[in-house]
Amino acid sequence: MSVVFFAIAAILVISGGIGVVAARNIVYAALSLLVAMVGTAGVFLIGLAEFLALVQLLIYGGAVVIVILFSLMLTKIQDFEFLTANKQWPIALIVAMCLLGLLGISILVEGSATTTMGSTNISELGLSLFSDWAIPFELASLVLLIALIGAVVIVRRDNGEDK
Amino acid sequence: MELIYFQLLAAILFCIGIYGVLARRSAVLILMSIELMLNAVNINLIGYAAFSSFGSAHRNLGQVLVIFIITIAAAELALAMAIILRLYRNKNNVNVDELDILKG
Repeated sequence: MSVVFFAIAAILVISGGIGVVAARNIVYAALSLLVAMVGTAGVFLIGLAEFLALVQLLIYGGAVVIVILFSLMLTKIQDFEFLTANKQWPIALIVAMCLLGLLGISILVEGSATTTMGSTNISELGLSLFSDWAIPFELASLVLLIALIGAVVIVRRDNGEDK
Repeated sequence: MELIYFQLLAAILFCIGIYGVLARRSAVLILMSIELMLNAVNINLIGYAAFSSFGSAHRNLGQVLVIFIITIAAAELALAMAIILRLYRNKNNVNVDELDILKG
């Protein structure tokens, strides 16, 4: 039964991904990204990671796609509207296909040893995050703070700049 | 369910992201493709976390790594959008083929 749900989520993810790289209009590409992110949250649910499915919906569906759409709205959208692939797209397609073949062969040859799934509950995850991983957690919060301040500094208009 | 489904889905999504990074001209599209590739890595990690044969004390390692990847991806997106908006304001252009001011 879970295979059926996984197939539905996988179809969402793959069609959303293809929509991102094939759309001619950038707003459609951003909305395809949203579809791919929601599908990824479904895959996380099937992988018994409920908390991360929620985080995925909140961060990607609620923040990342909205940030992209807002920044498109704040600039003149007609300059972005019609997207084209560049001249090297056949080479890019060949590279991607070769990588897919390589990864697929290595995955299929290696096989998987374990077939039983195990879940981790949220309290264990939080305990591990704040005991074993406390210092990386604090560093990550510092990185996030610095990145956001840096983004504000980069976007801010200089004094001498007109408009 | 088997681990191999997660691995194959992650491989397909990663290759779609690679194609997007190599073939599209718009910087915003390249950023979205990078997000797709990060998601492929997250799917792979979740699969391994669910099917790992570790004890329960170490089983949540994969999910902790996914939390850090999502954090770094959010920081990266904020900085990259800031740089793209700045480029748009200064150059009126986000086509990466024409942004060659760093070329010597």
